[in-house]
Amino acid sequence: MNENGLTTTRRTILKGAAAGAAVSFIPTRFAIGQAAKLKIGLMLPFSGTFASPGVNIAEAFKLRIAENGGKVGGRDVEYIQVDDESAPPKAKDNAAKLITKDKVDVLIGTVHSGVAEAMAAVAREEGTLTICPNAGAGKITGEMCAPNIFRSSFSNWQPAYPCGKVMINDGLKKAVMMSWNYPAGHEATGGFKENFVANGGTVVKEIFLDFPKVEFQAYLTEIASIKPDGVFVFFAGAGALKFIQDYAAAGLQGKIPLYGSGFITDGVLKQAGAAADGIKSTLHYADALDNAMNKKFRPAFKAVANKDADVYAVQGYDAGTMLIKGMDAVKGDIKATKALYAAIAGATIESPRGNFTLGKNHNPVQDIYLRIAKGGEETVLGIAHKALADPGKGCSM
Amino acid sequence: MDTSYLLIQTLNGLQYGFLLFLVASGLTLIFGIMGIINLAHGSFFMIGAYLCYWLAEKTGSLWLAILLGVPISVLVGLVVERFGIVFLYKRDHLYQVLLTYGLILIFNELRAILWGNDVQSVKIPAFLAASIPLTETQAYPIYRLFISFVCLLLAAGLYVVIQRTKLGMTIRAGAANREMVQALGLDINRLFAIVFALGAALAAFAGMVNAPVSSVYPGMGEEILIVSFVVVVIGGLGSIKGAFLGAMMIGMADTFGSVLLPTGSGTVVYAVMALVLLWRPQGLFGRAI
Repeated sequence: MNENGLTTTRRTILKGAAAGAAVSFIPTRFAIGQAAKLKIGLMLPFSGTFASPGVNIAEAFKLRIAENGGKVGGRDVEYIQVDDESAPPKAKDNAAKLITKDKVDVLIGTVHSGVAEAMAAVAREEGTLTICPNAGAGKITGEMCAPNIFRSSFSNWQPAYPCGKVMINDGLKKAVMMSWNYPAGHEATGGFKENFVANGGTVVKEIFLDFPKVEFQAYLTEIASIKPDGVFVFFAGAGALKFIQDYAAAGLQGKIPLYGSGFITDGVLKQAGAAADGIKSTLHYADALDNAMNKKFRPAFKAVANKDADVYAVQGYDAGTMLIKGMDAVKGDIKATKALYAAIAGATIESPRGNFTLGKNHNPVQDIYLRIAKGGEETVLGIAHKALADPGKGCSM
Repeated sequence: MDTSYLLIQTLNGLQYGFLLFLVASGLTLIFGIMGIINLAHGSFFMIGAYLCYWLAEKTGSLWLAILLGVPISVLVGLVVERFGIVFLYKRDHLYQVLLTYGLILIFNELRAILWGNDVQSVKIPAFLAASIPLTETQAYPIYRLFISFVCLLLAAGLYVVIQRTKLGMTIRAGAANREMVQALGLDINRLFAIVFALGAALAAFAGMVNAPVSSVYPGMGEEILIVSFVVVVIGGLGSIKGAFLGAMMIGMADTFGSVLLPTGSGTVVYAVMALVLLWRPQGLFGRAI
């Protein structure tokens, strides 16, 4: 026992000494300048319900960097991936570990709004450059906005807002709106309502279910008895697919037109098939967008990820472009924060969704498209709102 | 609120209740007879749904998928019982919770490897895909009626097996007094294996018939597991009759709760449970504690 203990101690001391010696020979980042690898922390969901968006974001982000010769601002990159499991309680620890222990220079993440808010809180404190490639929580570019926090995706309010006008234009004045009872649901339906009411519409009923409940049947029966002119929903993923199918099965498809923030059909259109026919939705992207960037991006993504690109992939790709633009401007010196953030904030991002810029609150100022689903495909009907900026409520920067 | 509206909501509640019963009956049997708290029960529901999706895709038929899927789930149940649960019979509930929670993680990982993390859907067979129109906008999907019908048949079948057959008698005896059954020389190990596989198959079957209306997604098992536990606790641990009544109560409470109290819909189910337990702490048909 004793002997053992002694050996261990001796070894530990030796190891420690060796490590100490080694450390003193490692030059500081400043000394080696651009030669040091840029450490990029990808904090995304690689398991669970949001695994598919998480993987797509990571793949597309890496694709963008690879297209740039694998370099950012002239520096090679090193990825450190953490599965955030879409679990808000673990978010703070994960983000703090990436920043303080793994010493990442840049943080990319994430999909789940609750996790993203925790990440943003840590990033504000530590001052690490953070790009959010999905989570639409208004707070991130609202009350929590900061010079080092950017978003390459959207705010929940943003894709839903134009839909209010779209329904009025279609001659529908009486709407039921429905979503989950969580911040994203309230922000999205709130955006819709704001525009719908301002243009003379009335929301006759607001239905909020517990997240992530998918027993819609009772509410659909209620909608059928209310007989509104149209229905606006904010659902995503599994819930969206089930809602579309239940809506059709309840006999409402074609009788009461269904509208939504684009997430209602994105990623579930193929599975939904004919049940989704006729759904009109507004989003900052559409698979079928007819522009050169999109035509180049989709096959390139498919080649690396072995599946079709979606809006999440585009957001990951654009997060890469934002980082490259900023880092190129400061020639790889991530410490030149002022110039770096100004370069990102002032950049025009060439994206598969069409070019966009960033607003005062670092959220994209982008075109929102109106799309319609038919036979498992989405057709772009036009631009529902040109260069829409998020109001960034509560952001002072 | 007109009559067709109430009728549809009642049908909605019944159908949800039937589905819950299929899952909860297995859960309550496994607890009542084997004394096992099986947290992995929801995983069987998920496995059933994914098997259904996968087999329906391969064979092009929902019926074939269910026909092939049920024996596979029985097999999965047997394997889990023989290689996992069997070590827990003499241990206390904490070990059971630990192992069966581990099983949830394993099943989720296997699901991710085999079928990925994407949301999937299963087509409703053409002749059941229509809806019965009731008013101008209100209609009731035939497939949901079909689910209720099948669940009702199964519930009746389960009743006959448990009340009228020798196996059922042994199961009831096992639930009432496990030691006595053993003392009488009945092969309790065989009985346990049968009960566990039966429970797993019931949950998987529920996942299969429900797949076309619920869609198939990661995490569906955990969702139904929690509600099923509520049903089992309301009905009384180990009581099939209780599970049936509990499932119907929860199905109705959830449906009408969501309509009448939309903001508090999530709590209605638990409020019902709390009320039942205040009145009968052992559940509706549970033995006095």
